[in-house]
Amino acid sequence: METVVKRLGVWALVLLAAICAIALTPDRGFAIHAGIVALVAVILIIATLGTYDPLAKAQSIFRMPPGPSRYDDDVVRWGVIATMFWGLAGLLVGVVIAAQLSFPWLNLEPYLNFGRLRPLHTSAVIFAFGGNALLATSFYVVQRTCRTTLALPGLARFVFWGYQLFIVLAATGYLLGITQSREYAEPEWYVDLWLTIVWVAYLAVYVATILRRHEPHIYVANWFYLAFIITIAMLHVVNNLALPVSLLGAKSYSAFAGVQDALTQWWYGHNAVGFFLTAGFLAMMYYFVPKQAGRPVYSYRLSIIHFWSLIFLYIWAGPHHLHYTALPDWAQTLGMVFSIMLWMPSWGGMINGLMTLNGAWDKVRTDPIIRMMVLALAFYGMSTFEGPMLSIKAVNSLSHYTDWTIGHVHSGALGWNGMITFACLYYLTPRLWGQARLYSLQMINWHFWLATLGIVFYAASMWVAGITQGLMWREYGADGYLVNSFVDTVAALHPMYVLRMVGGLLYLAGAAIMAFNLAMTIAGRQRDEAPLGETAHDAAADRPLLPQPAAEPAE
Amino acid sequence: MSLYETLRHFADSYGLAAMVALYLALCLWPFRPGAKTHVDAAKNLIFKDENHGQQAD
Repeated sequence: METVVKRLGVWALVLLAAICAIALTPDRGFAIHAGIVALVAVILIIATLGTYDPLAKAQSIFRMPPGPSRYDDDVVRWGVIATMFWGLAGLLVGVVIAAQLSFPWLNLEPYLNFGRLRPLHTSAVIFAFGGNALLATSFYVVQRTCRTTLALPGLARFVFWGYQLFIVLAATGYLLGITQSREYAEPEWYVDLWLTIVWVAYLAVYVATILRRHEPHIYVANWFYLAFIITIAMLHVVNNLALPVSLLGAKSYSAFAGVQDALTQWWYGHNAVGFFLTAGFLAMMYYFVPKQAGRPVYSYRLSIIHFWSLIFLYIWAGPHHLHYTALPDWAQTLGMVFSIMLWMPSWGGMINGLMTLNGAWDKVRTDPIIRMMVLALAFYGMSTFEGPMLSIKAVNSLSHYTDWTIGHVHSGALGWNGMITFACLYYLTPRLWGQARLYSLQMINWHFWLATLGIVFYAASMWVAGITQGLMWREYGADGYLVNSFVDTVAALHPMYVLRMVGGLLYLAGAAIMAFNLAMTIAGRQRDEAPLGETAHDAAADRPLLPQPAAEPAE
Repeated sequence: MSLYETLRHFADSYGLAAMVALYLALCLWPFRPGAKTHVDAAKNLIFKDENHGQQAD
């Protein structure tokens, strides 16, 4: 009883503070954010007070198995659902902004214009879709590889729901025009502070679980997850050092200025790619690929060398985002050299993943989940070759600020991060909901081909668009003037932009099929379908022809 | 010398050498004599827990 009163007191204080903020702030967006916090406080008060338990209600809607299982998988199940939901949302917004670039009248001012929807798309796919996938899989993998349940289970739940609140605040903020204009770090100071709290809690849960492990060795996937959690904490805190104008307003100013600010931002930005989208997803690869293939990783020693090489090299590669800017030349060259060196450890990871299938390559034909993983690794290899190439200054002088960069990012994000996440969700869902198998394997096939075709459309159109754009921008006439005006380049790119939108639609269609497949799996249904990889075998015909005795000539 | 200069000279001399040494040591660690059995055990660790951890060991 006493704890209930204490809890109510805390929520009431939060509610009161939120109401005061709404009353006192001159800033409309800030007031709406305070309103969201107040709403959360009200829900928590109702849940604490009465017998009404919204969480249990929601869990029964999603048919989550009741009662404690051997492992603490509640948060993981929520993470799977959140990943699927935010994935669809983020991909949908991506298609919308691709359409806006092709057909400008789709820009609905002021809330739904390209400038506000673009960070909504990037944050939704990276931090909401990717972040929830990392949360869910990390809690799953750390328990299995340490053979123990989650330490601090209450805090683990706080991490999940706190992260969702961060996503909602960030997303609504973009639409309301609240941004600190730092790429992939757009949320303002108070949302950043909230994420810091959530992230430290995440680190605490993760480390505490590893500390109570029953296995003497910490499996390499956990190294990658841990590197991801620690580095993101460091990057987030340093890059978001800022001074708010007022404690009752959203606006803040960065602690750095000029080129130092730009370098800090791209030190953060590139390592968000390196540690969020690479280290974290490699952790998923190192657990789920061997598990699905049923054979251990190709070389454990290679995984360790590859791990330390990524850790030591990645952090220096950021300056390649600032080629030919005010950044000192030596720093640009340093960024370029480290980016090129990164090629080798990246391919170490790709080779290690692909070679895990050595001797079991037939699974690519019969197991659509393995096929997705192989495609993910292939795209990882391709984009980690393309990245170092684009970081070379001479190449960058053509590719920088063009759509080639966008194509590169998407071959990595859709191909590597998307496909490996989809494969993990397909692996996890039947296991987490205690089903014998997925609703349909044929539908994974459909998903696979739609997604692959979508990426091909996307990447190919953006290569052509980027190189066209780069060449048009730098074209001088005989008189020494630029030949093309900016709007000429925009007009030239229109067909490519439409093709890009088609690619996005295909990818989204694949994800929608997946959502249906997972929903049916959770509902406990199994589609009646022909099994994959069944080979026709006619036993009667499958025998050697016996040599017929030749007719003996009569004596 | 200013603090900045002290730090940057440290960073491109002893600091750099220490980082390289640490990196090489960490990479060579799994190749130390007798590490083979540990590496093989670690590699197969994820397969000890079949049945999704729901059945008794």
